[in-house]
Parts: sequence; C-alpha cells; structure tokens
Amino acid sequence: MLALLAAFPLIAPALGFEYYVGFVRRVLIVAIAATSLNFILGYGGMAALGHAGFIGVGAYTVVALVEAGFSSAWLAWGSAAVAAGLAAAAIGAVSLRTRGVYFIMITLAFAQMLYYLAVSLRTYGGDDGYGLYTPLALGVWLDGAHAQVFYWVVLAIAAAVFALFSRVAHSRYGHALRGIRDNETRMVALGYPVYGLKLAGFAAAGAVAGLAGGLLASHNAFVSPGMMHWTQSALLLVMVMLGGLGRRWGAALGVALWLTLEEVLKQYTDYWHWPLGLLLVLVVFHAPQGVAALFERRGGKGAVR
Amino acid sequence: MDAIFVFEQLLNGMGYGLMLFLIAAGLTLVFGIMDTMNLAHGSLYMAGAYVAARVHEASGSFALAVPVAVGVTVAVAAVLEVLLIRRLYRRDHLVQVLATFGIILIADDVVKAIWGVAPLLASTPAALAGPVQLAEGLPYPSYRLLLIGAGLAVALGLYLLVNNTRIGMLVRAGASNRQMAEFMGVRVGAVFAFVFALGAGLAALAGALMAPISAVQIGMGEGILIPALVVIVIGGIGSVRGAFVAALLVGLVDTAGRAFLPPALRAVLPPAVAADLGPALAGIAMYVLMAAVLTLKPAGLFPARG
Repeated sequence: MLALLAAFPLIAPALGFEYYVGFVRRVLIVAIAATSLNFILGYGGMAALGHAGFIGVGAYTVVALVEAGFSSAWLAWGSAAVAAGLAAAAIGAVSLRTRGVYFIMITLAFAQMLYYLAVSLRTYGGDDGYGLYTPLALGVWLDGAHAQVFYWVVLAIAAAVFALFSRVAHSRYGHALRGIRDNETRMVALGYPVYGLKLAGFAAAGAVAGLAGGLLASHNAFVSPGMMHWTQSALLLVMVMLGGLGRRWGAALGVALWLTLEEVLKQYTDYWHWPLGLLLVLVVFHAPQGVAALFERRGGKGAVR
Repeated sequence: MDAIFVFEQLLNGMGYGLMLFLIAAGLTLVFGIMDTMNLAHGSLYMAGAYVAARVHEASGSFALAVPVAVGVTVAVAAVLEVLLIRRLYRRDHLVQVLATFGIILIADDVVKAIWGVAPLLASTPAALAGPVQLAEGLPYPSYRLLLIGAGLAVALGLYLLVNNTRIGMLVRAGASNRQMAEFMGVRVGAVFAFVFALGAGLAALAGALMAPISAVQIGMGEGILIPALVVIVIGGIGSVRGAFVAALLVGLVDTAGRAFLPPALRAVLPPAVAADLGPALAGIAMYVLMAAVLTLKPAGLFPARG
C-alpha cells in the first residue's frame, strides 16, 4: 500500500492523473488529522467537537512564521505542532473536567473562540484569509530534486503518524486509555491518574492536528478562519465514524472514502451533498461499526475494542 | 450612547432571545426525554423560513404564510420521525450525530433542488413595515415588536401546556426519569412523537418569523443550531424553563456584545486594535457565558433530571 502510494506521482502522469496527485496529498493530510481524532475519540472516548480548531492553530502558526520572515518548512510545521499541542493542553485542562454532551459542547465553544480570534487577526487577513505565495523551503538536499517532493514528505509524515498511533494504541498507555473509555470509575479505583492520562492524549492529538494544519496551509497555499468552522470539526468526526471508530485504519479509510466520493460526485452533479448524507444514514443502520469493520469481518481480523 | 439606544438594543436582544427559545424548546425536550441529539433541528427551522417566504410571496398574506409553514414542517418532521429518528432513540449520541448530520446534507440539497441556490428575499408584511412610536423619540420597528409579542405568547402557551395539562405532565415525567415514567405506564414513544412534532412546529414558527429580518438561505439551519445548543446547555438539558431563561440571557449577551463592546473598546484602546477586537469579542461572548455557567453549575442553570 505504502509503495503504491509512494509510486503514485511517478505513475500518474503516464495515466493522465496528474491532478490527482494533489488530491491524494490532501487525503493524506486530512487523514493525519482524522487519525489523531480517532485516537482520542475511539480509544479515549473523548468526543471532541473542536478538532478543526487545532488544525487552525497549526495553520495560523505557519502564517505567523511566514509573516515574520521565516521560510523553513520544518521549523514552520514543527512550530505548528507545538503551538497546537500547547493550545490543546490548555483547552483540555478545562474541558476534561466535564463529560458527555457537556464535553462536546465545551470543546465546540473553545474552537468557536479560536475561530473568532482568527477572524479578528487583520494582520493575517482576518475574514478574507491569508495567501502563502512562496512555498516553504524543505531543506538543502530536498529542494528542486523533484516536483513531487512535497507529496513524498507528506506521505512519510502520514506513515510515521499512523505507525506512532498504532504503536501507542497497543502500548500500556493505550490499554490504560481504553480502560478509561470503558470504565472510568474502575480506572480511578485502580489508582490510574485518569485526568492526566486523558489530558496527555488530548494534547498529543491536538499537536498532530496542528501538524496537519501546518501541512494543509502549505498544501492550499492559503489559510482562512473557515478551516476552523464548527462544520469542519463535525465533518472530521463524521469521517472518522464513517471509517470506524477506534480501528487502526478507520480514520484513513473514512477520509479516503468521503473525499473520493465528494470529488467524484462533484464532477457529475451540483447536488453532491445528498448521496453523502444518505451514505451516513445507511452506515448508521447497516454498518454501525464503520466501513473498516466490514472489511475486518471478512478478513477475520478482530477490532481493537 | 444614550438611554434610547440602550433600550432599543435590549428589545432587539429580547426578540433574538425569544426566537432562540422557540428553536431551543424543541431541541431541549427531544434531548431531555429521549436522550436524542438532533442536529437536523436547524433544518426544520430552515424549512419553516423557506415555506413561509414562498407562500407569503405567492399569496401576499403573511397571516396565511406562517400557519402553512408550520403545518408543512410538522408534516415533514412527522415523516422524519417515523422513518428515522424513532430508530435512533437507544443509540449512542455519536451515532445520532452521524445520522442527523446526514439529514442536514440531504435537507440542504432538497432545498437547493426546490428553491435554488440564491438566497430568498423575504419581505416584511406591509401592515408592519413602519415603525411604532414607543415613547417620545423612540421609534421601534413594529415587526420586531410582533416578534417579541409572538415569542412571549408562545412561551406562555408552552408553560401552560407543560405545567397544567395531562400531556405536559407526561412530558415532564419523561424528561425527569424516562425509565420510571415507562414503568408507571406512560407510553413514552407516543409522548416523544408528540414532542418531536411540537418542537418542529416551534422551530418552523421561528424560521417563518425570522425570515423577513434574516437571510433565507441554505445553511441558515447550521448557523442557528449552535446558539440553540448553547442555550440548552446553559439552561440545563431537558428543562423548558431553563431554555427560556438561557435563551433570553444568550440573546441579550449576544446583542449587547455586538452593540456595546466595539464602542467601549474604542474608548480604551487604539482604534485599529479596537476595530479588530470588538467584533471578535462580541462573537465569543456567548461561549464565555456558557463556559462560566458550566464552571459554576456543571448541569446548567435548571437541571431537569434528579
């Protein structure tokens, strides 16, 4: 799979698919963000409806660094992850004191605050957004080597993120997190620092979402407050659940399926929302564990539940 | 800034708050009784606005448009309840979010197919187009007064319905403890179908009344949904009284933030900074209110359960 994705930019021109190299790159970036949400939601049971806020923090960190005159991509993306991680730690520290619907609503509220903050930053374009006209520099030996270098960098980062999260999910920490999801009271009684464990997961997921935001800023060469609108957070949640909550490939599968359908439907009709809506309703009644579960049932591989 | 301006803004805030209450009342009851999170509630509001705007335009009668809008929306909601919502009761909140988000997508496309992409311009009824002289030097748009009057009347009607009728008693029983109510012989399913239709009717009424003073467009349901959710969380999920108080609070805070914050900031900050910060803080005000309430009272102002 990885080899196939890596070879894609080389094969694509021969098949006349150049346009789709950018599309696959976007799928990979969104999949990074979705994977981090899948980690806290699927394994940690934290239904955050403000994940797009962290993507926005990452994107605006890149904008701030570019505006200040920095041009290194690695510095920009790294800072994006750190800034979003800090924001997530602060927001999580408050939000994780609530639970259930109240947690959903308070994460939403914080994301909306970040949204309005971005609208008010006139230096960075305010409501109109900010264009990044010169691509960030990737480093001495990567620049100019090939037109598709950015694609491979994104692929490498995505692969690293998937590997990291699937390792962590099966580590002692991952098991503790699942224990909290299933029975928080018992984990407290067993002496686990439940609040700290949840906060660490929430901050890490925020940092990864920020990294995806930084990459997305480079990908679009444009950043706007619209990236953090609540419907974006909801969409991310929907894609994760479509793929399969708490499943290794769930988030990536959901993102790939959703964005591909969107792309294909848009080519045929202006009315491309309702088939997707119908798909969600069908998934709820016929594949409540997500699309990934359908494959696993056939393959006989058990899910991490 | 004088007293008249302040009074005018208070009235505006009250009108907005009352419309929010109409939307939140249905949402909070559906959530409180059946533990069902219905994101598509905003789509019902949109349906009410579109039908009212179109009927008003075609017939020229606003008094006809409003009941037709409410009737059509209630019929649509009843079908929706039977086909879909009924099967979501016992499912996880996230599953309900997924399914009702799907309904939003379908509803937006249906509206686009019927009425097109361009926003509709809904006109104010001719009889209420002019201002009313409330006091010496205080003209106020008469249509907005109608909004306030209608909102208060519906709130009073709902209060009487919930507190003084048999069906209201069943609704309260269901909201306070569903299982116990079922054990005592309440057919919660039937009560819920009634509440869902009632909520849809109220949302449609709000949509029809708001149509002349807001943009009737695709996506208007998603825009109003979040303030409505903030209202039910502040008020305490399942409590109509809580929704009423919280809706007025949110309406006033939001309107006051937009009207008074920018001038207040201009007084203390450099103009450029104030011009950027004012609208942002005004947009945030409602969420700060919610965070503050949840810190002090984690289950909202008037918890319905217990």
